[in-house]
Amino acid sequence: MTELLAKTPCAGLLPLRAGTTTLTEVDLGQLTSLAPYRGQAAALSDALHAAHGLAVPGPGQTTESDDAEAIWFGRALVLLAGPAPDASLAAHAALTDQSDAWAVAELAGDDAAAVLARLTPLDLRASRFPVGATARSELAHMAASVTRTGEQAFRVMVFRAFAQTLAHEMRTAMDGVAARRTR
Amino acid sequence: MRITCPICGARDRREFTVKGAALALERPARDAGDVAWDDYLHNRDNPAGRSAELWYHETGCAAWIVVVRDTVTHEVFETRLADGDTEAGS
Ligand SMILES: [Zn+2]
Repeated sequence: MTELLAKTPCAGLLPLRAGTTTLTEVDLGQLTSLAPYRGQAAALSDALHAAHGLAVPGPGQTTESDDAEAIWFGRALVLLAGPAPDASLAAHAALTDQSDAWAVAELAGDDAAAVLARLTPLDLRASRFPVGATARSELAHMAASVTRTGEQAFRVMVFRAFAQTLAHEMRTAMDGVAARRTR
Repeated sequence: MRITCPICGARDRREFTVKGAALALERPARDAGDVAWDDYLHNRDNPAGRSAELWYHETGCAAWIVVVRDTVTHEVFETRLADGDTEAGS
């Protein structure tokens, strides 16, 4: 019998460390996109709150409960991370399982924002992009989701097929920033 | 150059794809007749100056946006969602 082993998107690629910065793979659990049907955004928010203790986040925001996180993921699109979606949500939104579709990693360290700034045009200043803020943007020309998870920590998500590119681009940016720091 | 997405806020031009003049929003009625349709399909104003364009926030929120800007000075006068929705969406 062949035994199949599940590999994570960044298996063999992460973690990376350069200078004070680390890039580590993150397992967000089950990922489900919630796309509210026309006129159902408020009803979806109520259902999400009842089922998972979360409000639907507004543009650029995330919401959290004990075991779940909701990440704004685009126009009229939210990503539910953690648990399997409650069946009640399906009355108000199109639900799509995206668990295996994304490579997810956390960039952390004093230079995290400086590293990320080499790869994305986002304004990463804490005044404009505080902890909990999220954005869809490009990261080294890849479509990405970027969330600030701490003062010096960011979670990045790219399509799973780009995991190797993500690791490569991050490695280059991390090395570059680290080299300038030690000079 | 930065474009203000009605949903995401001011964002770098690189996140967007430009389609061109916002012509599709002025599509004639089905029975508008040959003259109107000929004009819609073939005639372009291509103004040097104030112009309404369709921009797609491709690596952002994926909204289609009408950007009213000056093609000479690059000044942006107005941006709005192309479908006229005033709700930013969830
Ligand atoms: Zn946008």
